[in-house]
Amino acid sequence: MTVKLTNQKAWFLVAPVVVLVAFNAVIPLMTVVNYSVQESFGNNIFFWEGVKWFEEVLHSERFAASLMRQIFFTSVILLIEIPFGVAIALSMPRKGPWVSVCLVLMALPLLIPWNVVGAMWNIFSLPDIGLLGKALNSLGIGYDYTQEPISAWFTVILMDVWHWTSLVVLLAFAGLSSIPEAYYHAAKIDGASPWAIVRYIELPKMKRVLIIAFLLRFMDSFMIYTEPFVLTGGGPGNATTFLSIDLVKVALGQFDLGPAGAISLIYFLIILLTCWLFYTLTMKDEAQ
Amino acid sequence: MTLEFKQVEKRAGAETHIYPTDLKLEDGGFNILLGTTLSGKTTMLHLMAGLDRPTSGQVWFNGKNVTGAPVQKRNVSMVHQQFINYPNFNVFENIASPLRIQRTPAAEINKRVASVAELLNLAPLLKRSPHELSGGQQQRTALARALVKDADLVLLDEPLANLDFKLREELRDELPKLFENRGCTVVYATSEPNEALLLGGHTATLHEGQVTQFGRTEEIYRRPKDLRSAQVFADPPMNTAPVAKRGDTFVLNETVNWPTMERQRTLSDSAYTVGIRPHHITPVAGRGHAVPVEGEVLITEFSGSESVIHFRIGERTWVSQSQGIHPFEIGSRAQFFIDAANCIYFGPDNELVSA
Amino acid sequence: MSKINLRELKHSYLENPSRDEDWALKGMDIEWSDGGAYALLGPSGCGKTTLLNIISGLLVPSHGRVLFGDEDVTDTPPERRNIAQVFQFPVVYDTMTVYDNLAFPLRNRGVPDKEIDPRVREIAQMLDLEEMLLSKAAGLTADAKQKISLGRGLIRSDVNAILFDEPLTVIDPHLKWILRSKLKEIHRQVGSTMIYVTHDQTEAMTFADQVVVMHEGMVVQVGTPIELFEKPQHTFVGHFIGSPGMNVLPCEFDSGVPRFAGHSIETASTSRPAAGYSRLEFGVRPEFVSFCPDGIPVEIVKVNDVGRYRIVDTRAGDARIQILVPEGESVSLGRAQVQFDPAHTQIYADGWIVAEASS
Repeated sequence: MTVKLTNQKAWFLVAPVVVLVAFNAVIPLMTVVNYSVQESFGNNIFFWEGVKWFEEVLHSERFAASLMRQIFFTSVILLIEIPFGVAIALSMPRKGPWVSVCLVLMALPLLIPWNVVGAMWNIFSLPDIGLLGKALNSLGIGYDYTQEPISAWFTVILMDVWHWTSLVVLLAFAGLSSIPEAYYHAAKIDGASPWAIVRYIELPKMKRVLIIAFLLRFMDSFMIYTEPFVLTGGGPGNATTFLSIDLVKVALGQFDLGPAGAISLIYFLIILLTCWLFYTLTMKDEAQ
Repeated sequence: MTLEFKQVEKRAGAETHIYPTDLKLEDGGFNILLGTTLSGKTTMLHLMAGLDRPTSGQVWFNGKNVTGAPVQKRNVSMVHQQFINYPNFNVFENIASPLRIQRTPAAEINKRVASVAELLNLAPLLKRSPHELSGGQQQRTALARALVKDADLVLLDEPLANLDFKLREELRDELPKLFENRGCTVVYATSEPNEALLLGGHTATLHEGQVTQFGRTEEIYRRPKDLRSAQVFADPPMNTAPVAKRGDTFVLNETVNWPTMERQRTLSDSAYTVGIRPHHITPVAGRGHAVPVEGEVLITEFSGSESVIHFRIGERTWVSQSQGIHPFEIGSRAQFFIDAANCIYFGPDNELVSA
Repeated sequence: MSKINLRELKHSYLENPSRDEDWALKGMDIEWSDGGAYALLGPSGCGKTTLLNIISGLLVPSHGRVLFGDEDVTDTPPERRNIAQVFQFPVVYDTMTVYDNLAFPLRNRGVPDKEIDPRVREIAQMLDLEEMLLSKAAGLTADAKQKISLGRGLIRSDVNAILFDEPLTVIDPHLKWILRSKLKEIHRQVGSTMIYVTHDQTEAMTFADQVVVMHEGMVVQVGTPIELFEKPQHTFVGHFIGSPGMNVLPCEFDSGVPRFAGHSIETASTSRPAAGYSRLEFGVRPEFVSFCPDGIPVEIVKVNDVGRYRIVDTRAGDARIQILVPEGESVSLGRAQVQFDPAHTQIYADGWIVAEASS
């Protein structure tokens, strides 16, 4: 006699995930794809347009400008937040009661909702009554983020660094705490300088978490919407109109669903491609 | 309780992990799988447990074909090399866990856990959690969990390998007693020949995914079927060298030869491979037919009460193992004695011809 | 290079140790000469790692001094002690090549490149690492990584001592014996003082000229492998060294003659313990017990064939006596009589040997 082979009931356990993914990702994405290849004049009437919207978006100066702003913004905050976060993590205590104090302090900005962060910095930076704005102006620096593009950029970047460097710090700290004590002992005995310890032990051992930190910060900052929207509303003029802000303007302001669908898909592909490229390139050595 | 492999084979891609194997494990006995790392011991255990499915062939248990039956349906317990316990259960709950899954009544659980804990000297520790235990106690807890279930098949995957030397000695002594009269089939995987001998029972020698021999442990040790089985069952490795039989003598080289024993008279005059266990080459002449050889000492190792000496004759390295501590100067020439009465011989196809 | 002196060393991890158990090290004086091969041997929790950390400078002892030559280094941090250490688990610099890993300790000390190169090649050759000198250390097996760690420990020729902390833990069992004897050979070539910490008697006795056996924070014996085997200074040494360990049996004195189970016993020493002990025992290894027609009656309860000999488990009353019987001698369960080899039978009072000071 033969015992019944495999239990097929297990498939039911996967069902909720399949449903969730369908509603969460597949169906919305398909809707966007659907819009991006059609023209609509309302009343639920659609015309097939093929890749027209894609061509139009790729040739539009407006899209190119907001994409450049987006790339510039993301590069600047990555260049600041990653080294700054690592530096803070390296200078944090590793043992003792101060560890938890530091960690809690670090986590505070992460707990504040995006729109509140925007509102906070909005008020904080106002040139007439905000602490930052008033202080800068009284130092003789002409600062007004509502009027002046450079001030606006400065504020948006400062806000993001304030809000998100902590994430890099926490990840880097987790990476640091997983380094066995023996590595430090060995390095001391080998006569390594403090910089050599950072360069040859701590940075290599943090590599994996830093890749994660980089990916998270890249994706989040590339899709940033709420904070600059609340702070500057994309202005002055279009100075801080990043991709997502522009996309919302196209989709909801102008109700151009076709071009908005095309922008969304191009946007999505840029993020996907960059993450994939970055991940494969950095993980190439690890695969062996 | 019998476990039978019928032409069981396990492949993964182009690699063969286990070659087609026929194996019938004794009723309620203590069985040992002996082989080096990567010889396929763990794969064999996984096939027995049902954690892995054979690529081809059948696994029969108690006259039933259980090939492909999931492990949950097989009343199997397993103990691993790493000490695996539930970290947030105390010792009592750890031991009781298989019974809880079987929905055994609480009174029955208390009784059975108490008796197993008594057997494994865990009674005073039942309230502790695993991280408060020493390595030996943690592994006892894992063993207790395997025992309490009254499984038909108990699989032990090098359970003592991560323990300190003396603890290993102690637990090894207790293990066979624990399973006596329980009627379950025990399979114990180990890479140490000495452990196999100490545990007794039956042994299957495993070499690169093939069972080379199966039988009573002592029998396999004394009469290995072929050179490979002999080498699996030897630590330090068995000395081998080509010899020629000429009439009443075996000739190793121009200067070294020894008389044939009574049982080797019938062998024809030709070339053989002699196998000499390290403890049959000693720095002090034993009783019987001691044949002196001289070599250059390469390495000396002491294991506490024994000496292992590696020396070279010509191009070939030999190993001697003897009781007591015998220091030698490295690089010096020294005399050793081969016990000719205990040499074993293999034919041209490496099959045993005389033990 | 210099000799190492540990004077009245005691250590406790507690602020105010009061009871005996509070001490991780209960007081020891050890002198190690320059260029020797030493082992610290004991089970986990015996204090050997504490002692190693005190020697390397990771730990400052609560009491006593550590001297390298004439210099008191008790409070000197590890990096200024001029020692090398190899840890239990491989420590390699992942982003460097094997070559750079080996050269690292020399480069940090400003040794010129033309002196580094021959030294790196010499060490790589000793450890069979030549083939992989230019590979990245990250992708290698645990065995190879540990060899790199060993290499970094051996690379500097001017160190006071090289410390090994269970260095073969991650090595595959079938390669262990090769590295074990390799280390011995390397000690001969390099000539530095080496201190090897382990719980494995084979590693300790194979490597070291002098083995320091530790038990519960105390040094119970310092001796050559032969001394540990033939004349254990403490019952713990007898039990811990050798497999199976020494038989330790209770005895009593009757008009100056030790007696066991109604029989008088001959021992190697005629010394008698001073009064005031609470426990009197004698010890004899299973190798030195044999059957004889008019000896002490025992009951054979189990015979275990280990191939090269048999371990015979016997009982004399409540006492367990193990006997090693050579291959070929017949043994059957039931009654028998045994005798002890007087030259290898020792008296122990409260665990410590009772004998004239060994020469």
